[in-house]
Amino acid sequence: MQVFGNQNTAEVELTVRQEANPWGAGSILSGFWSFARRKPIGATGAIVLFAVIAIGLLTRYAGIAPNDPDEVGVGAKFLGPGGNLFLGTDQLGRDTLSRLMFGAWISMKVGLVSVLIGITAGTLIGISSAYAGGIADLLVQRVVDALMGFPPIILALGLMAALGASDRNVIIALIAILLPGATRVVRSQALSIKELDYVLAARAIGGTSTRIVLRHMLPNVMATYIVLITISLGFAIVVEAALSFLGVGIPPDVATWGGMIQLGRKFIDTQAWLPIPPLIAIGVVVFSVNFLGDALRDVLDPRLRGR
Amino acid sequence: MREYAAKRIALFFPTVLLITIIVFVVMRLVPGDPAIAFLEGDSGGEYTQADLENLRAQFGTDKNLFIQYFDWVGGLLKGDFGDSFWFKAPVMGELKERIPVTIELAVLSIIMAVVVAVPFGILSALKPDSWLDYAARIFTLVGIGIPNFMVAVLIILFLVRVGGLAPLGYEKPWDEPLTNLHQMVFPALALAFYEMAFIARVTRSAMMEILREDYMRTARSKGLAEQVVVFRHGLKNAVLPILTISGWQFGRLFGGTVVIETIFLIPGMGRILIEGVFHRDYPLIQAEIVIIGVVIVAVNLAVDLLYGLLDPRIRYA
Repeated sequence: MQVFGNQNTAEVELTVRQEANPWGAGSILSGFWSFARRKPIGATGAIVLFAVIAIGLLTRYAGIAPNDPDEVGVGAKFLGPGGNLFLGTDQLGRDTLSRLMFGAWISMKVGLVSVLIGITAGTLIGISSAYAGGIADLLVQRVVDALMGFPPIILALGLMAALGASDRNVIIALIAILLPGATRVVRSQALSIKELDYVLAARAIGGTSTRIVLRHMLPNVMATYIVLITISLGFAIVVEAALSFLGVGIPPDVATWGGMIQLGRKFIDTQAWLPIPPLIAIGVVVFSVNFLGDALRDVLDPRLRGR
Repeated sequence: MREYAAKRIALFFPTVLLITIIVFVVMRLVPGDPAIAFLEGDSGGEYTQADLENLRAQFGTDKNLFIQYFDWVGGLLKGDFGDSFWFKAPVMGELKERIPVTIELAVLSIIMAVVVAVPFGILSALKPDSWLDYAARIFTLVGIGIPNFMVAVLIILFLVRVGGLAPLGYEKPWDEPLTNLHQMVFPALALAFYEMAFIARVTRSAMMEILREDYMRTARSKGLAEQVVVFRHGLKNAVLPILTISGWQFGRLFGGTVVIETIFLIPGMGRILIEGVFHRDYPLIQAEIVIIGVVIVAVNLAVDLLYGLLDPRIRYA
């Protein structure tokens, strides 16, 4: 009887685990398959996103770009699409395809780093704030309210003015605008988790605050965390592009999608083609990330719907 | 209602105070000395210690941070936003001409967004799964996903093709009303695109929910005409969420004007903010962010008050 009971629990536990976490244990590929069958558009988004990340990494570290993105006069000025240089050239005869590939590296680097740091920090602050309660919680929440009151791009501009234009500073500005939102979302979830029996149990057996926050509460907001990271990535990429477009983000001598659109705007009266490739690149990445984020949210955490 | 309004209005002042504190902290506590930045940007890095001290004294950044803050807030109370580092003139003088331009842009685009989105949202809620509903849903998906500078560049590309690009610059609406409209309508459209999509989505889901309510069935069973049911019983209840969202979106619009004004070369607050960022013109940037913050808080306050006026449940809660 007892043996039976144990086996049953083990089996139940296994199935529960597989369902709750379709691509954790076991093979990632089969997990992705079941996700793809349920959410084909989201899965397509994931594939596109990983392809762009791969292109970015390979351009930076394996040099797969056909030309140096900064080399002037690879071809004639303002070449159109097609021909030898697949996507043509800009006003200095630089190869648009190579610049686009290098831009993918910048967008992905800035987007991923800022989102990982910003959302991770926001999540930790959100849980700690909910767990601590009292004055600390109140203070954190008022600061979050105030920061969220400003339009994100305005806050980013203020920070860029103080820090100066560079990729590191764009990442800092992005972290500052991602952090409050993540803190608020995670805190509201952590508040309900805090009241659950297993947290009480952990406290009863003498678990320290750090242990309860990290080992008991953190794993239970992981779904929200993953969804937040995906959803925020699209936003971060757009804000980086906007800042670079305005000329206050990544310095203009670096090839970025936003900077390329800025050049396109400058010559728009005569050269209609110039802004098209970076516009399409941003559009494709942002829509892929948004579709992936929506699909992940539906699968992992339906409570976040509508945020 | 009076008590509700008093409570809301009382909250306005501490919020504005918090805005000034945050703006000051963000701008001043991050590393970087505006005087050094100014000297290095101006004369290629060559400057003496005396120049630096002089400039610091001139900017007032040599004083204690608390004194700087209280000087600044004291000035704000008198309507004095300080002198711009770059223009070497009062900030307010630079902004005076530009604030109405940006407000015109923002108001025009929120009007466009509401006028297009609300009927679109209602129709698509009334006829779910019709071609119109699908069109509305695709539009919301695209509109929310696509960044505003993309919309703006695409609009300009289109206008260049068609040849409908407005003359550059800005004519005052009371001098040249038609030219002004021509100059403002496309930037406003680019700015409104996201809001249109968002408000359409909110309208659709609010109407969908309301259509299922008992009072709608009652209204129909009383034999009221369909228009009366939809507009007097349905839309009246949907106005609340739509109003809230439009109020929130107004703040977002102000962020968007920075990008849109730069793309369409409109001399508003947004464009001078970018110049301020280039030159590290702290008083100018601080003034702009405070003004934008106060406008947003004021709009939210107005929405709250309207809300209380429209829905008795809220002011008595």
